[in-house]
Amino acid sequence: MAELSKTKKYESFFGSIGHAIVSGFDVFFGSIQKITGIKGIPYLFVLPNLLIFGIFILYPMILNFVYAFTGGRSFFPDQRTFVGTSNFERLFTCENFLLPNTCREDLFWRAVHNTVVFVIAQVILMILFSLITALILNRDIKWRGFFRSVYFYPCLLSPIVVGLIWQWILMDSGALNGILTGLGIGKQPFLVRANWARFWVIMVSVWAQMGFYTLILLAGLQSIPADLYEAASIDGANKWKAFSNITMPLLMPTMVVVIVLTLIRAVQVFEIIYAFTGGGPGTATLYLVQFIYNYGFASPNRQFGVAAAASLVMASVLIVLTLAQLAARREESY
Amino acid sequence: MNPILEFLTRKRGRKKLSFSDTLSYFYLFLGVLIMFGPIVWLIFSSFKSPIEIARFPPRFFPYTQETVLVEGYDEPLQLFEVTLEDGSEAVLAQVRRVGLEAQMVDPDNPDEIIRVNIADREPVERIRFNLDNYITGIRGFNFGRYLWNSIIVTVAATILTLLVNSMAAFALAKYKFPGRQTIFLTMIATLMVPLSVVLVPIFLVITRIGWNNNLLGIIVPVAATPTGVFLLRQYMLTIPNELMDAARIDGASEWRIYAQIILPLAKPALAVLTIFSVMWRWNDFLWPLIVLSRSEYFTLQVGLAAFQGEHMVQWNLILAMTVLTLLPITIVFAFLQRHITTGIATTGLK
Repeated sequence: MAELSKTKKYESFFGSIGHAIVSGFDVFFGSIQKITGIKGIPYLFVLPNLLIFGIFILYPMILNFVYAFTGGRSFFPDQRTFVGTSNFERLFTCENFLLPNTCREDLFWRAVHNTVVFVIAQVILMILFSLITALILNRDIKWRGFFRSVYFYPCLLSPIVVGLIWQWILMDSGALNGILTGLGIGKQPFLVRANWARFWVIMVSVWAQMGFYTLILLAGLQSIPADLYEAASIDGANKWKAFSNITMPLLMPTMVVVIVLTLIRAVQVFEIIYAFTGGGPGTATLYLVQFIYNYGFASPNRQFGVAAAASLVMASVLIVLTLAQLAARREESY
Repeated sequence: MNPILEFLTRKRGRKKLSFSDTLSYFYLFLGVLIMFGPIVWLIFSSFKSPIEIARFPPRFFPYTQETVLVEGYDEPLQLFEVTLEDGSEAVLAQVRRVGLEAQMVDPDNPDEIIRVNIADREPVERIRFNLDNYITGIRGFNFGRYLWNSIIVTVAATILTLLVNSMAAFALAKYKFPGRQTIFLTMIATLMVPLSVVLVPIFLVITRIGWNNNLLGIIVPVAATPTGVFLLRQYMLTIPNELMDAARIDGASEWRIYAQIILPLAKPALAVLTIFSVMWRWNDFLWPLIVLSRSEYFTLQVGLAAFQGEHMVQWNLILAMTVLTLLPITIVFAFLQRHITTGIATTGLK
């Protein structure tokens, strides 16, 4: 009994605080409403968001153009000199774009190459694994909630934790090499050899993110009405027919959104890899965002202009992908 | 045996498991192993001694060698199982090792030194969850401070995100005003351009404001997420406008309509945004790494990265601190997993 009244007391305590806050804001908003009438109210509501959005997203985006078209070592835009498109020219000075070594900014092109390969492989594997998992979880499966949670759990881990766990497993004397030695295969240079590192970077990022897409695809699958399948089976359709004629077409809108989301995230990949391989060995897993980060923050002679120009190049790719996603969303909402 | 097998293979329609069911369960359990195995391996490894950590091939369980206090010796001595010259076996404590020979004593009879070839002894080991790594690690890893900073950042940023975004979403969903389209389209245009693309200019803005080494510098800039506005707006569009009109007739101000009618009705969407916001802010790594350079402001993630930098090869300590870092969100997930997974699945798009 005492326990109960205690929680009630807390509730009423917090309730009255909430009430006081609401009333306080009400006085403020009410007086403005008196001055401007109802017309001013929506502006008042968007104002806090617009302030933060403007100062920390929009303004920096504009500033980025300033950096991209100016040169010099200074961090402050007013001390930088206008250089026109020379930062972009630097990035695009190349004898053969397929051979990073022939480019003036060879690291940039190495990062571009790595990113393209990473994006293609990672998106395909991500979609494949999350689709298979979602299809299986959509069957008549016991402990569905448990499996769903287990597959989702790595999505909660921070990039640094993911990076450390896998470094620990894949290092020369790590668990995986231990298992391989036990099987008589012997140690593999997982984090030392470039192609092994590229492979593991893809696998680890799939490991860390596939649960999220599995959830979304599973929700898409579960929203397909069951009577469609019943009708199909009455009409004598086999499982494969049902899959290709009912499941896939009805899942397509969700699929498109998932594909675009994974694409956008893959192009932006950085944190996990920074914590996992640090871009190494050498430049084997150096991707675009890390190139920008290295030029802007990490290298001893920072080149803000080049970093900004590179980020504009990347942003234009992302905007194309975003437009694709919007088109997909519109399609989804009929 | 048969009824048990029947029970295990029974499924909802009382039919037996078909081949494809078996394959499904095989896939799922293999998946559990791959998803969870690394975490379990991490946790077990975090209890190992430096010697056991360096062992190759590694063993799954954290073994430690048994020690015993023997009369006449200050330090605890390591125990070995020894095959004596006459073929009998005994458990002896090692006093010292000289070349290929170990000088050992019987713990019950400490006066007599027995010389044993080191090939004839096996360490006596037991699985023990030793907290040494945690105790040593925490001296260089201010867990309480980092945890506190992480909690402050996550909670403050989430409250701010919910408030600011729901207000904007309310205005964009429920009012027609000049500039509405422009605002909405501008936000959408930046929906997917990540912070990482404009790192340098944002850092400049933060420096100008003076928010380097200030938790505000990682709370405020990320609060106005276009994703959040989009999510909430779409949900609020489904709330009927008649409710607002009725409230207006009753004399409610626009603020009260927002706070006491729309917000309570938008709870499911707010819950999803809360989940996302907590996940994003708790795991933020790159931005805090740039803004925070003084360790008293570190969040857990930045603290862990710094700790790794300092203790390069001391994996036993790094692993223990990694476990500490993933513990809080794991506990939260364990309690709320159903709400989190269904929440994301229902409104589910990032």
